[in-house]
Amino acid sequence: MTAQESDPLDVESVRADFPILQRDVGEDVPLVYFDNAATTQTPERVIDACSDYYRGYNANVHRGIHQLSQEASIAYEEAHDRLAEFVGASGREEMVFTKNTTEAVNLVAYAWGLNELGEGDEVVLTEMEHHASLVTWQQIAKRTGADVKYIRVDEDGKLDMEHAAEVIGPDTAMVSVVHVSNVLGTVNPIRELADMAHEQDAYIFVDGAQSVPNRPVDVKELDADFLAFSGHKMAGPTGIGCLYGREEILEGMEPFLYGGDMIEKVTYEDATWNELPWKYEAGTPLIAEGIALAEAADYLEEIGLERIQAHEEKVTQHAYRELDAIDGVEIYGPPLGEDRAGLVAFNVDGLHAHDLSSILNDHGVAVRAGDHCTQPLHEVMGIAASARASFYLYNTVEEVDSLVAGIEHARDIFGQ
Amino acid sequence: MGSDMYRQQILDHYRNPRNYGEIEDATFSHVGHNTSCGDEIEFDVVLADDGETVERVAFSGDGCAISQASASMLSEELPGMTLEEVAALDREDVLDMLGVEVTPMRVKCAVLAEKVVQDGAKIYEGELETEATSTE
Repeated sequence: MTAQESDPLDVESVRADFPILQRDVGEDVPLVYFDNAATTQTPERVIDACSDYYRGYNANVHRGIHQLSQEASIAYEEAHDRLAEFVGASGREEMVFTKNTTEAVNLVAYAWGLNELGEGDEVVLTEMEHHASLVTWQQIAKRTGADVKYIRVDEDGKLDMEHAAEVIGPDTAMVSVVHVSNVLGTVNPIRELADMAHEQDAYIFVDGAQSVPNRPVDVKELDADFLAFSGHKMAGPTGIGCLYGREEILEGMEPFLYGGDMIEKVTYEDATWNELPWKYEAGTPLIAEGIALAEAADYLEEIGLERIQAHEEKVTQHAYRELDAIDGVEIYGPPLGEDRAGLVAFNVDGLHAHDLSSILNDHGVAVRAGDHCTQPLHEVMGIAASARASFYLYNTVEEVDSLVAGIEHARDIFGQ
Repeated sequence: MGSDMYRQQILDHYRNPRNYGEIEDATFSHVGHNTSCGDEIEFDVVLADDGETVERVAFSGDGCAISQASASMLSEELPGMTLEEVAALDREDVLDMLGVEVTPMRVKCAVLAEKVVQDGAKIYEGELETEATSTE
């Protein structure tokens, strides 16, 4: 046990950092925000980082020689260094800022997939992929003639690794897997999958949208070729995400978007490309958001990712036990005691997830209800929709009581 | 308040949907989805000999209480209406019919049934081409 785990997170002091957590969502109904897998709340210092930029040094980057542009350029570039360090990358060369995880997947799918994939090639996904990667690879495969294969999910919501060993083969060119499932909470064995992929000379793309925000993630330890994540799920702003890519792969790939800043030399006939990572950041980027995301990374690291992970686990286990004790509640994903991330997707017998969500809102409880951008997975699970409570560093065990009270209320209304 | 939506009438129609099922010799049938909720509703409509008055309807599908109650209540309103009257229905008519305050995010659940019947009629009359209706 590390020092961080033995010294638990001070949730009250964390809550004070997030202004939105002070608000009510009805008369005397405090907000219980359990929709963190969709987007997380933003601490004051991250909001300040954004407004400091606009108040103090708003200018375009990499263009002007003037003071403001210099300050903005340095802050924006250093933000890349910070995010690279945050996930264990070698440096800014390996850290491309994108709009979000989805755009990061699309960047690789277009820039690498469209050029490298062809008939006879296979892209291996899992049945628990988010639409962000599932739809992207599916469509790029259609355009290139490649095939898509899916690693099965077993009854406990875990990947069938024997099946993985079968589907990852000599024709596999890319293995694209979600690190933590946004529905099941399953933590996938990325290193094992990376070894399988590399054994076949394939790349591995890791969707870290639900893992990077709440646990230590190191691209070297995972041996990931690509890792994507979103700022707004890790206490950062919307509109900014990250793509880590191994330097030699990024060097060899064609650009994704063309335009200003991504070029080195342009003539009427041709153009050459800027150095990494700017080669993949065409046009004026999200400057304030990028700088504020680095602030979010600092904030999370100061609190400690291991400590955040331990806190989430505590709240999740409590929620799992409390929900499991309610008659007619079915919880999806790995059972208690298994490695599980900070979310619980469930259904209440006889109650549609959207009806439940509407009633929970009366209790101030914000949950997600629907298919969570995983329609094929819901098909495999045999359900149309589910409710999902997802936790973050500022959630408390006591807040779970509001969720339970809301579910009991819904059951009363629907006469269960 | 979200829970105010679930008055007795809504819950009654949800638990005991009226005109639930299928009509094999329907004049036209149409299906629709609301993907955010996972709601699905299919309407079968039989027109009278005049070719413009609704004689019988049946619906099937599943989804949230609001979408299913709305379909059930609409199925009771439709017989006797002309296709022109059906086309003139709007969101306010549906919300009035439900008789509860539907929260903004749930309006698309409430209006799915109405849209399905309207699109079905438009396809029947050759004014629209679509496989399935969607309220997102």
